Amino acid sequence: MSIVTVQLGQCGNQIGHEVFNAICSDVHGTHGLCSKKENESYHEASKERFFSEEKSGVPVARAVLVDMEPKVISQTLSIAARSGCWKYDDRSHFCQKQGSGNNWANGYSVHGPKHKDRIMNLVRKEAEKCDRLSGFFTIMSMAGGTGSGLGAFVTQCLKDAFPASFILNHVIWPYGTGEVIVQNYNSVLTLSHLYRSSDALLVHENDVIHKICAQLMNIKQISFRDVNQVIAHQLGSVFQPIYTGAGPLHYSRSPLGDLMETLVPHPEFKMLGLRNIPQMPENSLAYSTFSWPGLIKHLRQMLIANATMEEGIDWQVRPPRPGSSIPSKHSTSKSLHFNTSIANLVLLRGKDMHSADLGSFQDPALYTSWLNPQDAFNLWKTPRAFNKYEKSAALVSNSQFLLKPLDNLVGKAWNMFASKAYIHQYTKFGIEEEDFLDSFTALEQVISSYTTL
Amino acid sequence: MLLPQTHGHSTSPFEPACLTPGPPCARLSAHPASTAHPPPPTDGIFHSRLGGGERPRAKPADGTFHRGGEGGRAARGRRAVGRARPPQRPSPPRGRGFRAPSSNEEQPLSPPSLCVAAMTQSVLVQGKGWRRPQPSTPSAPPSPVPDLCLSPPLQWASAGTRWAAASGTWRCGSTRPLTRSGEDGRDISKGKICSLKARALLIDMEEGVVNEILQGPLRDVFDSRQLITDVSGSGNNWAVGHKLYGCQYQENIVEKLRKTAEHCDCLQCFFIIHSMGGGTGSGLGTFVLNLLEDEFPEVYRFVTSVYPSGEDDVITSPYNSVLAMKELNEHADCVLPIENESLFDIVNKIHQMVNSGKLGSIVKQNSLVTSSAGSTKTVQEKPFDAMNNIIANLLLNLTSSARFEGSLNMDLNEISMNLVPFPRLHYLVSSLTPLYTLTDVNVPSRRLDQMFSDAFSRDHQLIQADPKHSLYLACALLVRGNVQVSDLRRNIERLKPSLHFVSWNQEGWKTGLCSVPPVGHSHSLLALANNTCVKPTFMELKERFMKLYKKKAHLHHYLHIDGMEQSCFSEAISSLSDLIEEYNELDATKGPGTGCPRSCLY
Repeated sequence: MSIVTVQLGQCGNQIGHEVFNAICSDVHGTHGLCSKKENESYHEASKERFFSEEKSGVPVARAVLVDMEPKVISQTLSIAARSGCWKYDDRSHFCQKQGSGNNWANGYSVHGPKHKDRIMNLVRKEAEKCDRLSGFFTIMSMAGGTGSGLGAFVTQCLKDAFPASFILNHVIWPYGTGEVIVQNYNSVLTLSHLYRSSDALLVHENDVIHKICAQLMNIKQISFRDVNQVIAHQLGSVFQPIYTGAGPLHYSRSPLGDLMETLVPHPEFKMLGLRNIPQMPENSLAYSTFSWPGLIKHLRQMLIANATMEEGIDWQVRPPRPGSSIPSKHSTSKSLHFNTSIANLVLLRGKDMHSADLGSFQDPALYTSWLNPQDAFNLWKTPRAFNKYEKSAALVSNSQFLLKPLDNLVGKAWNMFASKAYIHQYTKFGIEEEDFLDSFTALEQVISSYTTL
Repeated sequence: MLLPQTHGHSTSPFEPACLTPGPPCARLSAHPASTAHPPPPTDGIFHSRLGGGERPRAKPADGTFHRGGEGGRAARGRRAVGRARPPQRPSPPRGRGFRAPSSNEEQPLSPPSLCVAAMTQSVLVQGKGWRRPQPSTPSAPPSPVPDLCLSPPLQWASAGTRWAAASGTWRCGSTRPLTRSGEDGRDISKGKICSLKARALLIDMEEGVVNEILQGPLRDVFDSRQLITDVSGSGNNWAVGHKLYGCQYQENIVEKLRKTAEHCDCLQCFFIIHSMGGGTGSGLGTFVLNLLEDEFPEVYRFVTSVYPSGEDDVITSPYNSVLAMKELNEHADCVLPIENESLFDIVNKIHQMVNSGKLGSIVKQNSLVTSSAGSTKTVQEKPFDAMNNIIANLLLNLTSSARFEGSLNMDLNEISMNLVPFPRLHYLVSSLTPLYTLTDVNVPSRRLDQMFSDAFSRDHQLIQADPKHSLYLACALLVRGNVQVSDLRRNIERLKPSLHFVSWNQEGWKTGLCSVPPVGHSHSLLALANNTCVKPTFMELKERFMKLYKKKAHLHHYLHIDGMEQSCFSEAISSLSDLIEEYNELDATKGPGTGCPRSCLY
C-alpha cells in the first residue's frame, strides 16, 4: 500500500527530501545482501509505498510539498530533479511568497483556511494516484509557523477528508535553545492540536540528532543537512518494507495501519520515539561487525534507560522487581530513571535475523500493568539489509521517552505565558489566551497520563 | 535588499516591492565611473523595467529640479534664513584622530530625507530625517542604501541568476536578462542597471540631497515619480514636518506609496529610514509612518532611526526626537535605533586599523565597510560614506535571509515575531560583525568565534549601549556565509553564561542561516537584541527635553503651527516616560523569576 507524504514548512521539506533520498539510495545503491528474489520484492514494495511511476521511468515521489515561501521548495524540487534517480511531481507543490513568520496563529488561522482548498486538492490528487492508500505521513517542525501552524491545520483537514486513512505526524522537536524564541508556544499549540487529530506523533529531537551527528557520525561542522540525513536514515529504517508477524510471505500491506495497531493501543498515548542501532559514518562500516545479541542488548538498555544513542548508555538502570513495582510511585532514584513503555516495536533488518532472540523485550516489567506484554511487544524483520548496514535494528517505542522534554517545554511556555509575553502576536491572528489555556490543559493531561504509567 | 522585478514575468521568486530609500539616507554614492557596478540582483528593493536600452532617465535636468549641489545648497541657505534655524555647524566628526575631509569648510548638512524603501516583500520609505552630516563634496553624496545594492553586485548578480533559474521551473518567467552576467560577472553592461528601479520613495523638504543623488551613479535607479521634495525645508521643527508638510503632501505621498506598492506582488514590509533630531525626518517621517499604518495595516513597518547625540548641533533636537518617539512607540513594528557617535567610532577604528599598516595591505577593496568608496583612500575623504554604509549593511544583512537561500531562513516578519514580546518594546539594538576584521580568511574557527564575541561587545553596537550588562528580552543572530548550526550552537552555549536574559525567556535566541555571504567576506553576523540597554539613551533624551521644556524654550516655534498644541508635548513626554518605566520594570525582574507556578492553572 502507498503512503502519501505531506511536507510542510522549511524543515518538513528539507527532511522529506532527505527521506526520499535515503529510500532511493537504499533501493538502488545496495543489493541488500539477500537473495535476488527477496531483493526484488523489497524493491517492488518500497516503490509502491513511496513512488509512482511516470512514463519516463523516473520514480515520482508520492509527496505534496507545502510552504509559505518559495525558496526551499524551488531548491528542493530542483535538487531532486537533478539527482536523476527520483523526482517530485512538478505540480504537486504549493507555496506562497510570504512565510508565516514563526507565528503559529498565522499558519493555523490565516494561511490554513485561506489555502485549504488548494492544498487539499493537491493531496487528493496524490491520493488518487495510489491504488491502495494506507495513509498520510506529514513531516513538520513544531517551532516555526508554517510547519507547526499550517501543519496542525492540514492534519485536521486530512482527518476530515480521509476519515478512513491513518495519519502519522512526524514532528521535529526544536533545539532547546536558539531556533525560534516563541518555539515553546508554537510547540504547545502544535502538540495539543495534533493530539486531537493525528493517529500518532513520531518525534525526533534536534538536540538528540545533533549529538548523534557529533558523537556517532564524527561530523565536525554539523549542518542541517547532516542532521536531516540522520533523521531520514532512521525513518527509512522504519518505513522500508518489512515482514510483520511471524514471517508471512508478503511485505506488510498497510505500513501505517500496522504501525498504529502495534504501537497505539490507547488514544491518550500517541507519542512515539525512535531509536536505532548501529549508526556510524559510512566509511567505518566496512571495519565493523555486529552480532544480533550485542545489538539487541544495547537496544534494550537504550529503551529502559531512555538513552538516545548507543554511546553513554546508563547500564545501571534495571527494570523494577515485580514485587516492588508499587512503591515506584514514591520514586526511588532508580525507578525515576527507568523508562516504562506502553508498546514497543523492534525492526530487524539483515543477515541471520532469524537467529535473534528478543525474549528480553518481553519482560512484563518493561510495560505498563494494564497491557499484556505479548500485545505490547512486536517484532518485525526482513533478511534484506538496510542502507549498507549488514545488520541493523530500530526500535519504535510508545513510552516515557518524551516525558521529560515535554514537561520542560510546557514549563517554559507556561513561564512565558504567565508574563504575557508575545501573546499579542497571537491574538493579532485570532488565537486568544483561552486557546492557550486549552492547549496547556491538554498537554498537562498527556504529561500526567505518561507519568502515571 | 533590492530585488529586481521584471516586467511581464517575474524573475525572482520574491518580488520585492520596495521603495528605494530616498536621498538622505541612502545616498547613492558616486563612484568613479570605472567602478560602476552592475546591477544588484535585487530582489527586494528594485523593480526592473525591461525594454531595450532606453532608460528612463530620472530627469534631473529638466527645470523641475535644481541641478547640482549648488542649487541645493542655495535652497538650504534660504531656508535657514527663513526659518531661523539654529546655527548649523558642520557637525561631524567629532573624533579626534580622524580628519574630516579637507573640503569641509562648508560641510553642508546633508539634508535628510525620508526614504521609504520596500523590500522584497517590503517597501522602503526613506524619509528625511536622516540628519546625518554628509560629506561635503558636492559631486559625491554618500548614499548608503543603494550602495549596498551596488557594491555587492557580482554576487547579487550571480545569486539572482540562480534564483531566476530555480524559480523558472515553476513560475512561467524566463530568466531575466538583467542579472545575467558574464563569466566573472564583471561585465554586466552599464546599460542594464537602468532596467532596475528602486522600490523606494525619497522624501525631503529641500532639494539638495535628492538632486545630488539624481546626479550620482545611481541616478538611473530612481525616477521623478519616486521623489517628493519641497524647497524650504522643515527648519528642524517637528511640527513643520509632521503637521504642515504632512497635510500638504499627504495625498501626494499616499499616491506615490500606492503606485510603488502596486509594483510589488507580495508586499511584506516598509523600511523607513530617517533621523530623529531634525524636522523633516522626524516630523514628516513619523507622519509617513502613520500613513503607512492607515493605508497598509497588514504590512510591517521597520524604522531605522538615527538618534541625535548629546552634542547635537540642533537645539530643538530633543523636542523633535521626543515628539517622534511617541509616534514610533505607537505605530512602528520595529525600530532600529542608531547613534552617529557609535558609527563614527566604528569608522574610526577601521580607519586606524587600515592606517596602522597591520592590515592595510590585505584589506579588500570592496569589503563590507569600505565598499562604497571603492578604495580605502576614498574612505578617508568621505567619512560619512563609511558611516552610511554601515547602516546600509545593516539593512542588507537584515534582509539577506529573505533574499537568499539558506539552511535556516529568516523572513522579515519573523523578526518582530521573535524579538518583540510586548508591543511597545520594539527597539532593537543592532551590531554588525566583522567590522574591522576585514581580511577574509577561510573560516578558521577562532576567527569565526571572535565574530560572535564581538557582536556582544560594547564597541560594536550601533548605539552607545552595553547590552552585556543589561537585560536581554530576546536576541537574534542572523548569520551569513559558510557557517553551520554547530557553529551557532557552540557560540550560543559559550556566550550565554555571560548574558542576562529575562526570567521567562532564558532561551531567547532566534537564529537565521543564510548561505550567501556579503561580498568580500566568508561570513558575517548581524545581532539584534531587544535589550534594556536602550533605556539610557531614552533617559538622556528625556532629560534634555525637560531642560528645554521647563523653560518653555523654543516652544513658540512649534505652537504657531496649525494643529500643534502644548498637549502634544506633554503626551509625547509621558509616552516616553511610560516606555522608560516599562524598561525599569523589566530591569527590576533581573532577580529570580516571579511568574505564577504552572500548577495554579489547574
